[in-house]
Amino acid sequence: MKRLRWSVLTALLVLVAAVAWAATRGQPIATDGLHDPTSPAVGMLQEPAEAFGSLPEDTVGNRVRWMRALDEGLITPRTNIQPETKVNLRTTEVLLKNTGEMPMVRFPHRQHTAWLDCSNCHDHLFAREAGRTRINMFAILAGEKCGVCHGAVAFPLTECLRCHSAPRGSPEALAFGGTIVREAAR
Amino acid sequence: MKQGLLLRGALVALCLAAAAPANSEYGDVVLNRNAEKNGVRPVIFPHWFHRIRFRCKVCHHELGFQMRAGSNIVSMNDIIEGKFCGMCHNGQIAWGPDRCDLCHSGKPGLQSGINGDSQTKGPGKW
Repeated sequence: MKRLRWSVLTALLVLVAAVAWAATRGQPIATDGLHDPTSPAVGMLQEPAEAFGSLPEDTVGNRVRWMRALDEGLITPRTNIQPETKVNLRTTEVLLKNTGEMPMVRFPHRQHTAWLDCSNCHDHLFAREAGRTRINMFAILAGEKCGVCHGAVAFPLTECLRCHSAPRGSPEALAFGGTIVREAAR
Repeated sequence: MKQGLLLRGALVALCLAAAAPANSEYGDVVLNRNAEKNGVRPVIFPHWFHRIRFRCKVCHHELGFQMRAGSNIVSMNDIIEGKFCGMCHNGQIAWGPDRCDLCHSGKPGLQSGINGDSQTKGPGKW
């Protein structure tokens, strides 16, 4: 009897947790813990739920697949304000091989330059020459290097295999043909 | 038996933690270095809202915002002169700096910093 009671209680709690988790995509502004519910802005600012409604869902972060949303044309964010600003894009991929027993990292420039300018990462975070910069997970976990964005505004460090996506000997790794830089496959 | 009880207790604690209301959205930034000192609510900057409309490079390259919460000293004078937020918040691309309440919309007493998931300021919480 006692066992049954525990089981029911546990199941109920799991259900409550699941419902709470499912509801976290798009917290209402009035109850998000940051906005003052008495502020005149409440009711005027766009609600996250409305903005995210049509965007592809992720399991982490604010649960939006931002890159997919951009690639699929679901959002069309501006690239510049001033007409004279040069919009830099790049499509090469870099293979990061010193990853211990983890699969190697395939860094795609296309996805990063879709959002960012060269100067956001070069040269203060990463040297322009591929293979020159020493990167380690401790620095990233401390919010340096990749960790400047990943974990704060880009997918977090719990998603190991999204970066560590090229196991040694895999087609993704072999495509580099022994080099560490290649033009991205079309 | 005792072990089972402990395990259930841990499970219950975990569920309660997960059920606690999630605060704010990914990358919401609170700016309260000067706001409350000057008698206005803290600013809530929603990254997600801006990201739908602008690529990161617009603010972090063209407008000159450093990519580290707390490292940008933004004053109302700069904004009124068209720098930082004022490059868009000028009444043309977005509402102008006369609409105080729309940006200064935070709860009293908030700490400056990035909210809603892990932080960029040092050992994150994973």
